[in-house]
This record gives sequence, C-alpha cells and structure tokens, in this order.
Amino acid sequence: MTLESIPDELIRLAVALVALMAFIAANGIMLLYVERKVAGHVQRRPGPFEVGPHGLFQALADAGKLVGKQLSTPAGADPLLFWIAPLMAFMPVPLMFIAVPFGQNLWGLETNLGIVLILSFAGFNVLALCLAGWASNNKWSLLGAARAVAQAVAYEIPLLLSVLAVALMTGSLDLRVIVAHQGGWPWQWNVAVQPLAFFIYFVCSVAETNRAPFDLPEAESELTAGVHTEYSGMGNGIIFLAEYANMLVVSCVATVLFLGGFNGPILPGPWWFLAKMYLLVTLIIFMRWTYPRVRFDQLLNLSWRWLTPLALANLLLTAFFAKLWGGA
Amino acid sequence: MNFIPAANPCSGLEGDFYAQRFALEAHEDSLILNMGPQHPSTHGVLRVILEMDGEYILRCEPVLGYIHRMHEAMGQNRAYVQYFANMGRVDYLHALAWNWAWAGAVERLAGIEVPARAQFIRVICTELNRINSHLLWWGAYLLDLGAVTPIMYAFEDRERIMDILQEPTGSRLTYSSFRFGGVVADISSDFVRRARALIARMPERLAMYHELVTGNAILRGRLEDVGVVDQAMARRYGATGPVLRGSGVAYDVRRAEPYGVYDQFDFAIPVQDAGDSMARYQVRMDEIETSLAIIGQALDGLPEGHFMNPDAPRGKWTPPVGESYFAVEGARGKIGIYLASDGSDTPYRVKLRSPSLSNLSLFPELAKGTLLSDAVAILGSLDLVIPEIDR
Repeated sequence: MTLESIPDELIRLAVALVALMAFIAANGIMLLYVERKVAGHVQRRPGPFEVGPHGLFQALADAGKLVGKQLSTPAGADPLLFWIAPLMAFMPVPLMFIAVPFGQNLWGLETNLGIVLILSFAGFNVLALCLAGWASNNKWSLLGAARAVAQAVAYEIPLLLSVLAVALMTGSLDLRVIVAHQGGWPWQWNVAVQPLAFFIYFVCSVAETNRAPFDLPEAESELTAGVHTEYSGMGNGIIFLAEYANMLVVSCVATVLFLGGFNGPILPGPWWFLAKMYLLVTLIIFMRWTYPRVRFDQLLNLSWRWLTPLALANLLLTAFFAKLWGGA
Repeated sequence: MNFIPAANPCSGLEGDFYAQRFALEAHEDSLILNMGPQHPSTHGVLRVILEMDGEYILRCEPVLGYIHRMHEAMGQNRAYVQYFANMGRVDYLHALAWNWAWAGAVERLAGIEVPARAQFIRVICTELNRINSHLLWWGAYLLDLGAVTPIMYAFEDRERIMDILQEPTGSRLTYSSFRFGGVVADISSDFVRRARALIARMPERLAMYHELVTGNAILRGRLEDVGVVDQAMARRYGATGPVLRGSGVAYDVRRAEPYGVYDQFDFAIPVQDAGDSMARYQVRMDEIETSLAIIGQALDGLPEGHFMNPDAPRGKWTPPVGESYFAVEGARGKIGIYLASDGSDTPYRVKLRSPSLSNLSLFPELAKGTLLSDAVAILGSLDLVIPEIDR
C-alpha cells in the first residue's frame, strides 16, 4: 500500500482533524487567559499578572494544575456514564469545525450539508450535560441537567429557524456557497439583510453554549456549580474546554452565515475570518462579566414568547421575498 | 443525641436529624434538597432544607446553630468592658452599631455621661460602618443574582471607608472601639478631610451604580414582585430595618426612640411601599445617601471637647444593681441589648436581640411556591449575617 493509494479526501480529513485539535486546544488555553484578563479589566483589577509577562502563562499553569489533580468519582455515581460525559462534551467539537471554511480552499471536508452537520453535532453537548448531571448522583447536578435540557430544547428551535432564513435566502446548506454569496464589505453581508435573524442567532448561541447571562445549568450561586459540581481535575477541564470550543463554533458559524465569512478587503481571507470570529467571542466574554443571570422561567419565556415567534415571522418574510424576487 | 426514638419512623431515610424530621412531612415524589451550610449564596453557614417539586419550593425550613458561639453566655462570664470584643463579632458587618448598643446599655444602667464630641464621633463612625455594610450587601447580593462584577466596584468604595475608619478604631472589620463614656480615640483633622472627600465622592458612585445595575432589565425582572412582604406580615414576624421599611413602615430606631445625638440631625427615612426584593434593594441604596447626609451634618457640627468622659470607669468595674435595655438601628434592623446586673463585676444576664433572626423567620413563608432562583434572591434581600442569627 503506497501513499498514493490513500484517497486524497481521507488525507485531507486527517490533516484537518489534527490541525483542528491543535487549534481548539490552543484556543482553549488562550481564551482562558483572555477571559480572565477581560474579567479583570471589567472589574477594575489587572487580572492574572504573576506567571509570565502580564500573566501570559497563567492559563498554562492552570492547565497543568488541572492535569495534576486527582480524578475522583463520587460515591454512588455511575462511573461509566460519569466519565463518558466529559468525553461526549468534547468529542463532537472537532467534527463541527471540519465543515467550516476558514479561507479560500481552507476547509476539512467538502460537503454541501455543512449547516446540518454542525447543528446535528451541536446536539451532543446537551446530551453530555444531561449525562453528567444524572450520573453525578448529586441533586444540584440533577437540577442543572434538567435546566440544561429544557434550555437546549427551547433555544435550538429559534436558532434553527434563524439559520434556516439564511439558508432559504442563499438557497444552499453549503457553508462555502453561503460565504460566496456575500461580499467583503459590511453592507454585502447577510447581517445587513437579516439583522433580526442575526440577533436571534446570537442570543440563542449564547444560551446554547450556557454562557452568562444564560448560564443556568451551571448557575454557581444557585446550583453550586450545577452539572460541573462533582467533576475534579481534567474532568472539569475537558468540560470547560468544550465550553470554550462551543463558543468558538457558534462564533464561526455566525461569521460564516452573517458576517461574510472569510470575505474582506486587502488582507487574506483567514485573517478576516479569525478577526470576525474573535470579535464575537470577545463580545460573549464581555456579556458574561456584565449582566446578572436571568431566571429559569424568564429564560424559557424569552425563547417561546419572543424568539421563536420572531424567528418564524422572519422565516416567513424571507420565504416570501425569496419567492418574490426569484431567489434560488 | 437521643432525639430519635427507638422505633425510628425515619429509618431508611437519608440525612441527619433535621433532614429526617423534615422528610417525614414530605409529599410523594418531591425532592428534599439541602442548601447549605456550605452553599455559595447562604453567605456563611446558614442551612436551609428545601422540599422541591422540580424547581419549585414546596416547603422549607432554616436550620440554625452552625456558628453558635454562645455570645450571650460569654457576656455573663467576663468584665463589662471585655464584651466589646464580642460585639464586633456578632455582626461583623455593622460592628459599631453593636458596640453602641452595648455601650448604651451599660451607660444607661450606670448613668454614665457621654461627652458631646464622643457622641458625634460615634455617629460618624457608625454611619460610615453602615455604608460599608450596605455596600458589601449590594455586591454580594448581585453576586447571588449572577452578576459577578459589581462586588469589585463595591469593594473599591468599601476599601476607602475602611481606610478612614481604621484611624479612630484601630481595626478594619471587627471594630470594638467604643467605651463606656466615649470612644477609644479622637478623630483627627485628616479623618475629617477624608470623610468629607468620601461624602463628595459617593453620590457619583451611587449614580453610577444606579445607572449600571439598578436600571438593568434583567435585574428588575429578577427582583420585582419577588418575595413580597406586606406590612402585616412584616409586623407579624417582627421584621425590622430595611425589610420593614421596604414594606412601607417608616420605623427607624434613630427616629422612633432617638439615642445618642440622632435627634439633632435632619435626615429622611427611606421607605418603599412595594414590599418586594426591589423595594428592599432600593431602601438600602437610599440609606447610603441618608447616612452620607448624617455624616455631613455631624462633621459640620462636630463640637470640641473630650472624646471620653474623664470620670468614666476603666478596666474591671462594678456597676450598680439593676437592669437596662438599649436599642439602636443597625444596618439590618433593630439591635437590642437587655442587661441585668447583680452588682458583681460580670453581668448577671445579657440578652441580644438581633435583627437577622427575625428577618430570617420571614423566609419559609416567602419562599413557599417560588423558584429556587427566587429563593436565592429572597434570602439575599433579607441581608442576613449568620453569626448574628446564631449569636
């Protein structure tokens, strides 16, 4: 068997997955630092400062600490499910990235169902949280899991509807086609045509990634730490890494669907892509350190009473105009 | 511990005595949840047992005693002046109000005169301490509600006040600087200057807090119509302080039974009629302004003279036989100390009336039927200091 006999697609996929794993891990470390630094400056303190220049190596030290800690399984927990949960939280994340076009010809997998792929793998996250909450044998974790499921069900629907509006407008589920449909300048982006869909998508994606002000499954001051309560060391670390990676995924998808993807003047595509993505990530981080947490019924009301009907109306309007102007 | 009879009806149930007793009356298919004594939003070691139906609370019961330090018994076993140190630890957030209550009770018993300057110093320091207490409450309460940033801003102001109070009291949190017939040290011109700077600074800080936090839609959604205490209920449970004033009763010990020189100041008593958590929030924020106004007037009218009655007793000392009661307005409500003396050098009986205990007793009724998140919001809005509950 020679190298030539391996299909090109497979090599591309393997290389992409390795590169994406490195990308996610590096981003996890970096975002941990950014989050702590942003939190520090929002709170009028310098943030991490001791390890390395301006605390640059703080995140590495944190990761080292997490790796060094003992993994303990609580008494009465289901060890298999308990330890599958963090893996299940992290496992789908690299797969979600493979369809994302980071630049011209810079993607892991050529598929015309990119959106479907990402959205279907995104569903794993709630299953992982549900398992973690159930298997922990802790009542607080269980409450957190219940919240996670209800929240995911409530917010996936408007999220899908808002994404669907873009797909209808473009006439494709292929992320590359959607990017090609937009131009380099802000007025050529989908967000200019679909501001409501972008707003709904953004709110839902914050809720989907369980970030404040929608961090109810974690809700430190109510549920101690919700589903994370019983996880120690890297168990907790992997769940956190998955959270950061999910934040990246939703920002990537928002960039592709609404902010013109890698299109941009002068600079090469990937830089534009990363700039837009990190802008959204930073926005999500800022929100966490700014707002109080909503209550559970308010969270569900927001979705069912406002976002879902609005997304439906938006979809209807989009379909109407797409038909009217002979969109694809 | 032989509370549980031999034929234990709770056998097979989980938990300790309190949890088992509580579980006896549980509905079918409900969840018994133990909140505390180590829980982020019970602020210390309060424990509440909850019976939940999903996220809704069917029934709840606070369990006390995790930080019971026998302050009352300690009062009966030491010299009068030594008890000041305990006062700083009963309510560590408004230590000077407790200091004043103890000093006042003994002064009333023994008929000790307090010089005017000492009275003014007491007012200034106690009100500064009250602002400190409310600021900490503000930050910690928002932390309970999931906003992690405001506490850092609150601590920035708190730090300044602690720096100011450090000079005349010699400590930063558990003050014990009052003495019978005065205070332990005079205030300097530097203190006056810094206190005035604080009065000038605080209004814009408060305006910022209101702009950033009070007006926030999420916060209002979390607090409005949550934990409504009507007047009758507040009176029934003996609630005092901001909890009572949040229910529309303008009762403030500083006005109702003025002590010290409070009758010389012109200040408004903040009252809100709604009775919900937002009303209590608003009352406390307004009280910071009231305290600032009082401090300003006290600094303006600060008389010269002794900061300590030269004839006041020092060290071990024997007051006359008798009894007295002295009440002051603490940050959490009415603080009362009943003192009985048998003519020896230690008190015969000391009884502390703490506002947090009566305010906590509102909680089971308020929390019934609310969501877990609301229960956290209600518990925080009562501004409990657990050592004060357990004493």
